Amino acid sequence: MRETRMVSVSGILGYGYPEAALQAALARGVDMLGCDGGSSDPGPYYLGSGQPFVSLRAMKRDLRLMLRAAVAHRLPMLIGTCGGAGGEPHLQLVAQMVRDIAREEGLHFPMALIHSEQPKARIEAGRREGRIRPLGRMPPLAAATIERATRIVGLCGPEPYMRALDEGAQVVLGGRSSDPAPFAAHALRAQLPPAQAWYAGKMLECGAAPALPKGPDCLMVTVREDGVICEPMGERACTPLSVANHSLHENASPIRHVEPGGVLDTSDCRFEAVSPRATLVTGMRWQPAATYTVKLEAAERLGHRAVSFAGTRDPGLIGQLPGFLDRVRALVAEKARDLEIGPEAWRLTIHRYGLDGVMGAREPRRDAPGHEIGFLIDVVGEDAEIAAAVIALARTSMLHCDFPGRLCKEGNMAIPFSPSDLMAGEVYRFSMAHVIETEDPCALFPIEHERV
Amino acid sequence: MALIRDIAQVCKSKNAGPFELTIDVVFADDATFERVRASGVLGPALFARLYGVAEADVLFTPYPAGRAFKATLPRLVPAGEIGDTDVYGAQQHAPLLEVDIPP
Repeated sequence: MRETRMVSVSGILGYGYPEAALQAALARGVDMLGCDGGSSDPGPYYLGSGQPFVSLRAMKRDLRLMLRAAVAHRLPMLIGTCGGAGGEPHLQLVAQMVRDIAREEGLHFPMALIHSEQPKARIEAGRREGRIRPLGRMPPLAAATIERATRIVGLCGPEPYMRALDEGAQVVLGGRSSDPAPFAAHALRAQLPPAQAWYAGKMLECGAAPALPKGPDCLMVTVREDGVICEPMGERACTPLSVANHSLHENASPIRHVEPGGVLDTSDCRFEAVSPRATLVTGMRWQPAATYTVKLEAAERLGHRAVSFAGTRDPGLIGQLPGFLDRVRALVAEKARDLEIGPEAWRLTIHRYGLDGVMGAREPRRDAPGHEIGFLIDVVGEDAEIAAAVIALARTSMLHCDFPGRLCKEGNMAIPFSPSDLMAGEVYRFSMAHVIETEDPCALFPIEHERV
Repeated sequence: MALIRDIAQVCKSKNAGPFELTIDVVFADDATFERVRASGVLGPALFARLYGVAEADVLFTPYPAGRAFKATLPRLVPAGEIGDTDVYGAQQHAPLLEVDIPP
């Protein structure tokens, strides 16, 4: 029976993994090394700014061990969503890091880059041709949304990875990709059925997340024609329940997984322990889509953030918080106008820890605030100078604004550090969750080859 | 009286993409899962009430293979948007902990 063995070293490149777990996998015999390099979960800043969300040091360590292993054992090595968000700067960052490691270690291999960042003109053309539709509750894509975007990426499917390998690459660095795509690509190329290939990818995209107890480890998935076997390489176990429950992770449905080119249906999956540490999954189905679609993500710039933190221990103030905060807001607006900063140029959010700082408007318990409350004062201004000016007004207003029955006349707030205002950088928002129809799964993802 | 916090093995929330929140509750054995399912307490109406959204906006899936229930619903604001309190959506499960499953 045909089979292939894939190893995912870590949940995200740069989250770390024990070298011993990788060595254990290599000793068992592996056909492909992979790792997902990113996620939209850390928020829109990383896509917008082009920055990674792990340290360069951590990313380089994870890459170095993979590259040494891939070259020594002549394995294909595939990284998806390079650099965290998979835009062009993210991809180039990882590509340069790979070249640097190769030089330091004396390694040589053919490499391919898959570009996922989308030119605005291409997306605008797709919009005009009616090939773009919204997901979920998103509105139809407007020309202005494309225009405002700082960066647009498409989520690459397995096909460009397969092509890059067919064309001779050993190391493939992908821009933004569907998380399972690099793994699914290897399995499909090994002539295994799409349901098994995609299911394997779903298991491998988060490192050893399908294993218990939780912790950094490498996961091996053996893809066979009849199913997939999941087994962690360290001192953990993939049990039927832990593997079944990985299908709950970060998705809308545990039984219907929408991917480029089709839907993975796991509603009839069966889970069977084949050893104390390994579980066989069978019964997955793949329903090809009538039209191939690529998901689009984008970030647009909102401004610049400055924050300050303060806490109160005054029961009189805690007893009348809504009125007090309204007065603070009015005072900040008035003083900002004196500085010729109009209300459209900034947004003030005051998070109230100890009251509803975690759940905001969805907090059901509003009856019993604690004896102290922490305030994260958050200003987003049009630019850094406006954000700095308004956060200073907000901090001093929180500290000194009067309220009825006030006893703490020297100051309302305990401020834990000086300087009290922190500049928090550029602010972005996610502005697209749409799909674009394409006849050619590779058309949006140019592949570039080089010899390292 | 049995609160979810006392009978669940896992009760968690997380983003399902930047625009949706997904909440999972997992039980340790099939008997508890089946008892909770039979009670009819967990369903779109409960999550709509707990999270202040329309029932039609809740995708509710019982998942017997994992002894779990999953509910996916719109986030209050998209992840990382101005005013967001929880970029990862990882601490939005608490209202479910206090839900009572009748014996």
